[in-house]
Amino acid sequence: MEPERPDQPEYKETKQLTGDETAGSSLVEKVRESGMALKERAVGEVKSYKDPQDTQLWKSIFRVSHDRSDPRNRSLAILSNVFLHLHPAKINRDAVRYPFTWGMGGITFYLFIVLTFTGVLLMFYYHPTKADAFKDILYLEHDVPFGKLLRNMHRWAAHLMVITTWLHMFRVVLTGSYKRPREFNWGVGVVLLVLTLLLSFTGYLLPDDQLGFWAVTVGTNMARATPMLGSEGPFGVQLGMTPFNDVRFGLLGGSIVDSNALLRSYIWHCIGIPLVASIFMAVHFWRIRKDGGISGPAPVVLESEMKAVKKK
Amino acid sequence: MAKRRFNLSKGKLIALGVLVALVVLAVLAVEDWHQLWKISSAPDNVPIVAMLFLVPIFTWMGIKQSLANDRLIKELEQDPKLAKTHHRKVEPWRPGWARELHVWPYLVRIEFLVAVIVTVVLFVWSITLNAPLEEPANPNLTMNPSKAPWYFLGLQEMLVYFDPWIAGVVMPSLIMVGLMVFPYVDSNPLGNGYYTLRQRRFAIGMFSVGFLQWLLLIVIGTFIRGPGWIWFWPGQTWDHNAVVFDKNIDLHDLIATSWIGKTLQLGFLQSNWGKWIFGGLVVGGFYVVGALFFHWLMTVDFKRISLRPLHLFPRDPFERKLLERTSILQYVTFQFFAISVLLAMPVKLILRLALTIKYVWVTPWFNI
Repeated sequence: MEPERPDQPEYKETKQLTGDETAGSSLVEKVRESGMALKERAVGEVKSYKDPQDTQLWKSIFRVSHDRSDPRNRSLAILSNVFLHLHPAKINRDAVRYPFTWGMGGITFYLFIVLTFTGVLLMFYYHPTKADAFKDILYLEHDVPFGKLLRNMHRWAAHLMVITTWLHMFRVVLTGSYKRPREFNWGVGVVLLVLTLLLSFTGYLLPDDQLGFWAVTVGTNMARATPMLGSEGPFGVQLGMTPFNDVRFGLLGGSIVDSNALLRSYIWHCIGIPLVASIFMAVHFWRIRKDGGISGPAPVVLESEMKAVKKK
Repeated sequence: MAKRRFNLSKGKLIALGVLVALVVLAVLAVEDWHQLWKISSAPDNVPIVAMLFLVPIFTWMGIKQSLANDRLIKELEQDPKLAKTHHRKVEPWRPGWARELHVWPYLVRIEFLVAVIVTVVLFVWSITLNAPLEEPANPNLTMNPSKAPWYFLGLQEMLVYFDPWIAGVVMPSLIMVGLMVFPYVDSNPLGNGYYTLRQRRFAIGMFSVGFLQWLLLIVIGTFIRGPGWIWFWPGQTWDHNAVVFDKNIDLHDLIATSWIGKTLQLGFLQSNWGKWIFGGLVVGGFYVVGALFFHWLMTVDFKRISLRPLHLFPRDPFERKLLERTSILQYVTFQFFAISVLLAMPVKLILRLALTIKYVWVTPWFNI
């Protein structure tokens, strides 16, 4: 729908007036009249802006109006929005009850967004080098405005994300939501769980303090014992593994936790794993929709209604 | 719904009394409150303390809904006529009500609210508690105890019971793959999309046992392991000079040097071949016994078990039906993961902590 232009006829009229030079009216009168016409035009335009949803700007951004009680618009509000289109237009009326889902999957995703946001801000102040890393943390804590808050929030959101991932998984088991046709998506979820833990773990080393250093030392020492790929693992020596070519060396970029390990950890933490995790998340969310949306609360099925197994 | 009354039977009263007595004893046993506070209030341990509350709360929330559904299922099983007309949910529903809601605004507004709440929680948490920062990394000064981040403490604690290649590599891989195959070995078609315990007791039981083990190992790693990874009870002072004399002994040595071993002349168990074959037999035997145990757990009807007359293997007809639906591949896969992870972990923990046994199978290449 085109916005109304109530000024159109007056505009023409003004033009006629100004065109008529033999009418004998004074210049002042002409200016006054065109001024009045302009004023009326402006008032008309302002009136038409009273409902922002009718403006060209609004329509170009949102494409449809949102707050109408018209059911079609409610659906379009979801379907025509890039951020909301992950949702279906309608859901099971009981699925919005908090006790069913615990909201843990959504909270996990929200925390991922919070972590990306705070993480990007932290990256502005951090150099992944042995000379600077620890100093940068001190700088963040003591000099950067809200730096301490930023770091704290990144840390606690990360811990919270591990907890919500576990609780999400627990809920999915309790409601049997991993069952056909959602088996594959459960597998994607397990990968995401591991990626969440790895994200948290790679971030642990970055402050370059004793806590992170020794946690990562303990963690990567286990990699030494990988069967066949670790220098101290079963059959490792037989396959020519030494501390300088085994899987731990590959993880740390050296035989000890040092500057290379810091850089590798930083790149995995900020680029590598988030990238992979985003891809898995996209698949995870997409599959939720493809597998029929949220699994329940579904009507209960009775033992007596259990169908016989199909024989091929 | 009928009003629930709290009838405290004699048995419940006794149980409650024992519980209270245990709590009082535990409180009295704490000799160093400062140490306990230091561990529980360490900023990085706050998530575990939070989990100690969150997991029970959400478990309760799930169980409550399961029981409600189970009551409905029971009612409908007994009344096939009602089952035909019932809407099959505990949530209220009347004919004429829409079965679906618009996501805008009914779901989106909840999501928005949750996002706001989470943000507020994070802000409060971040303002009141600072992320830990120790001294700069120093390879020459070992932290004691040097602990992994809390969510990996389960793996670190496992290092006590298994060699690093099992605890650090094989076990995590088995847990991951085991979780991934979980939906494929669960042949039960019921309980898809609603809470129930009645219809899925075994699947839920197995997952919960695994989850609890994982949390238990984390709690041990956090609250109990002190300097030198020595066992300190909660409330005991962490003694940095404490030394524990390792009395751990391999199973074949234990048997060969015991009274029975000496009488039966089992000295050959300590030879290279002897311990190799013996250990293999023990581990093989463990898998056989484990398989029988899980098979029993899977099919037994707990309500009909009795000691007098001895009746330990009554079979549950429903569970039996489920077993018939399970393919051999599903069954074997489940048994493998259940025995190698769910059973091996606590068994080795008890062998190590209670019986001070180090390895059960010693070979030139690996020890288990």
